[in-house]
Amino acid sequence: MLKLRIISLSGLLGMCCMGALLAGCASQSNSVYHQLGGNEKVEQIVENFVVEIERDPVILAYFEGADINRFVEKLSEQICSRTGGPCSYTGDTMAQVHGGMNITEADFNRTVDLLINAMNKADVPHRLQNKVLRALAPTRDEMLYL
Amino acid sequence: MKHYFFVLSALVCLIASNYALAGDGKLLATSGLVQIEGSGGGGIVPWATLSGYDTQDEISVSAVMTQVDLDDYRLNVMGVSASFYDRVEISAAHQRFDLKQLGGDIRQNVIGVKYRLYGDAVYSNFPQISIGLQHKKLEDGAIADLLGADSSSSGTDYYIAATKIHLGAVAGFNAVWNVTARATKANQLGLLGFGGAQNSDHEIMLEASAGVLLSRNVAVGMEYRQKPDNLGLGEEDWIDYFVSYIPNKHIALTLAWAELGSIAGAEDQNGLYLSINGQLW
Repeated sequence: MLKLRIISLSGLLGMCCMGALLAGCASQSNSVYHQLGGNEKVEQIVENFVVEIERDPVILAYFEGADINRFVEKLSEQICSRTGGPCSYTGDTMAQVHGGMNITEADFNRTVDLLINAMNKADVPHRLQNKVLRALAPTRDEMLYL
Repeated sequence: MKHYFFVLSALVCLIASNYALAGDGKLLATSGLVQIEGSGGGGIVPWATLSGYDTQDEISVSAVMTQVDLDDYRLNVMGVSASFYDRVEISAAHQRFDLKQLGGDIRQNVIGVKYRLYGDAVYSNFPQISIGLQHKKLEDGAIADLLGADSSSSGTDYYIAATKIHLGAVAGFNAVWNVTARATKANQLGLLGFGGAQNSDHEIMLEASAGVLLSRNVAVGMEYRQKPDNLGLGEEDWIDYFVSYIPNKHIALTLAWAELGSIAGAEDQNGLYLSINGQLW
């Protein structure tokens, strides 16, 4: 009985690992970008995201004096390239853009919530949202407390 | 002793409310739950996660109420915890273990401290790592004495835990796992005392949890907790299968099926685990 329990637990743990591997492989043949529906959906997400930011005074404060059109363009590029789409990011580095803002961990996560709202409103399915978040997560280290 | 518990709770709230920002800066569900000894965790296993949603600039205070209704026993837990700057957690829990067949109960208080050594369960490349201790003090050691426990007053568990949340890992669902190593000589959490005829030293026990987040608000999974058999009464490893509903950052509801094996000679103690935990501040 105990053995069975340990096997089922390690099975579940193993499933996590395998899932991670499979997801890695899948991104080559069928990118998150294509699963999203390409450029049209990415633009919809980014436009929704801007609306969410405009409604949030805490996060909007970080955008004071920012060129919103450029933000939309560069964020779309960033999402496209990080999700395996046919774009390359041509903007400044994340550290350059966010330097001097002293973004807190809490405000970063608050913005992630805004992005999740934006994806909800663009009808991006839950599981695909997670893949987008995973693709963008590595940028966090270049954004916090600079 | 009960007074002590409430004074400590009040103190925790007072200290926390005088400092810094209320902590809600983490993503929903990523703070985990609060386990049966009062530490941030899953249900029966302490995790590397701290009990609240506080980030490095914030403080949080949480409370938990849990009941595990077994065939011959019922465990009731009340606890409070405070997490400071996503770095240190202190916790206090009161356990009442009802003896449904014999009548009466066994009561124990647990004071816990946890320190996050490394990482962020969601964002760091390697798992979040924390170390902690749980100091347990029995209110009445009569039953522990009767069963031949080495100590019927108090004991301390020490643990190290690793927790990782993987975004979009299982067919796009977020997944979480935790592995904990605990040095303990507690018999059935300490409710039956510490050490015994078979063993009177701290032994290393392994504990593990694995879960999948089916949505932003629902998690399912299972947990395993290895147990020592110091008294020679055939204490068995614990396991539970859980589903948690986390509608917002103020509350989490957990329903689980717990299989706790033989307890003080009563075999196959299974039952429902119900827990409500929430962030007060």
